Amino acid sequence: MRRRIGGALWRHQPLKALALLSPPVLAFTLVYIAALAALFVSAFWTVDPFTSLTIHSWTLDNFRELWNEPTYRTVALRTISIAAAVTITDAIIAFPFAYYMARIAKPHTRAILFVLVLLPLWASYLARVYAWRLILNSNGLLNWTLDKLGLPPANIAYTNTAMWIVFSYIWLPFMILPVYAALERIPHSYIEASRDLGGKGFRTLRSVILPLALPGIVAGSIFTFSLTLGDYITPVLVGGASSQFIGNVVYDSVNQSSNLPFAAAFAVVPLCVMGIYLLIARRLGAFEAL
Amino acid sequence: MTKRMWALVATLAVCLAFPAAGVTKQHGGTLNMIAWEGYTQPQWVKPFTKKTGCTVHAKYAGSSDEMVTLMRSGGGGQYDMVSASGDASLRLIFGKDVQAIDPSKIPDYKNFGKAFQSPSNNTVDGKHYGLSLQWGPNTLLYNTKKVKPVPTSWAAIYDPKYKGKVTVPDNPIQIADAALYLMKTKPSLGIKDPYELNSNQFKAAIDLLKKQKPLIKKYWGLASDEIDLFKNGDAVIGASWPYQTNTLVAAKAPVKDLIPKEGATGWLDTWMVSAKTKNMDCAMKWLSWISTPTVQAQQAIYFGETPVNSKACAIMDKLSKGSCAQYHANAPLQYFKQIHFWKTPVADCGNGQKDCMDYTKWQQAWTQLKG
Repeated sequence: MRRRIGGALWRHQPLKALALLSPPVLAFTLVYIAALAALFVSAFWTVDPFTSLTIHSWTLDNFRELWNEPTYRTVALRTISIAAAVTITDAIIAFPFAYYMARIAKPHTRAILFVLVLLPLWASYLARVYAWRLILNSNGLLNWTLDKLGLPPANIAYTNTAMWIVFSYIWLPFMILPVYAALERIPHSYIEASRDLGGKGFRTLRSVILPLALPGIVAGSIFTFSLTLGDYITPVLVGGASSQFIGNVVYDSVNQSSNLPFAAAFAVVPLCVMGIYLLIARRLGAFEAL
Repeated sequence: MTKRMWALVATLAVCLAFPAAGVTKQHGGTLNMIAWEGYTQPQWVKPFTKKTGCTVHAKYAGSSDEMVTLMRSGGGGQYDMVSASGDASLRLIFGKDVQAIDPSKIPDYKNFGKAFQSPSNNTVDGKHYGLSLQWGPNTLLYNTKKVKPVPTSWAAIYDPKYKGKVTVPDNPIQIADAALYLMKTKPSLGIKDPYELNSNQFKAAIDLLKKQKPLIKKYWGLASDEIDLFKNGDAVIGASWPYQTNTLVAAKAPVKDLIPKEGATGWLDTWMVSAKTKNMDCAMKWLSWISTPTVQAQQAIYFGETPVNSKACAIMDKLSKGSCAQYHANAPLQYFKQIHFWKTPVADCGNGQKDCMDYTKWQQAWTQLKG
């Protein structure tokens, strides 16, 4: 019997692939797609304000409120802008670092740098955010240093600037690694060819290295952008009086108002933003660099 | 059977016998509770379990809204008890999430202060939905080195002088604080109760909060956040609980708190029993235990609040000298009267017109205020 099944699989390669793939595909569909579908469907329901029970009838009320109430537009715009700012900052910091790691550093130094990049990921996310609170607050390390240098204090604790700095720090490793992978794959002969053709350092960087590294940068930006877009803990801990993210409004809708449908409706917004972002990223060849 | 087999069987039997013995001894059961952090400390939970055999599992909630959500989650049978504040208790009663109890079965009930035996936030139509526990004021906290002269009015947290140095709780019920201030400073609005606001009065309160927003450093969510803000000098004045003052004073921070001349909002917490509990016996035992003078005193000192059992005062002073006066457990009615206890804002607020803003509106306004 066993031999016969084995034989059948051997003769029919597609069948074999199907047998191998179907369990993970099934799990993916059930866990991932079904959850997203449930989220999307519940966005069209509402909640009875008095009993907090879900009313299962189709309505666009949640989306209408999202559209008509300027607060939610402000919150969505703030979330997207900070995610974009964090992504650009990380790309600018990560490129020279990754370039040094991939093309200049000796293997020994490279190993040390790798450990340094990955080390923060082993510490708790919360501990690192709290550490930044200690650095940025009024009596913190930053103002102490500025004071010793005879400079005026920087009041950036509990502001959107503080969020931008903390996010940029936390997600930096997720940008460095794909950029490093892209830079490492550029054959040395391309750079030699550029030099042979008279390309100086900057010309080679602009015309050869950057275009070839771009898919890596875009791949990294998917991480930094989506991770910032979905976060809600950093805004609570280091944000100020006007620092709500989409995630915070979603959290409050579920936890304070028991309004799951509205939370689901708002959660569709970052989903759409990411969808558009991924389409652009695919155009730029990011998926070949992953 | 070999000798080794017999040894194995004997060991197994002994192993099984121990837990079995435990089960027969502990006929109490388990109470699943939703509580404020600090309300189920081992200090008084352990002796309770030892005495009654009822074990306690507590889940801490961060806000009244979260408590209501948790009590209703999964059809409502998951939790046996909740330590609800006044802004949650009516929602739970009208939502039929909790059940009435007979206070005459609680030995210490007769020792409760008169105001706490049947307060309107847990007693409806003469039925007692739970037992009052502890209460306290929402105070004005300030840094004694940075805030001069000493503030006497809530006007201080709306004063541009402290721009960027003010902090207030991240909680929709904070709207009542603004309403209380307007009630005293703008009588023309005709606010009688800071929790019963018509649309005009509500708008005035929101406008005041909008004007306050540029002064705010942070809307604090956890008590520890406010403690950090005051310790590090990021905030010098704000709305607070006595718990933060106690913690900051213990850490030698230069802070003081007071109840301003307008009075203050406050909380009165009630232990309530879920409508679907299967452990009524244990729940009643917990209510009796938690209202005894000793436990009342322990909790008051731990959390920095005021016990409802008038006999707790003497024990508080025994545990920590002067604590009875510090937490106003012996305060005259005058003190008590200036506190407006949290309650759930409802549309039908007793003026016969049903035109008050309900809590959903409060929540929406608060989300929009934070922006």
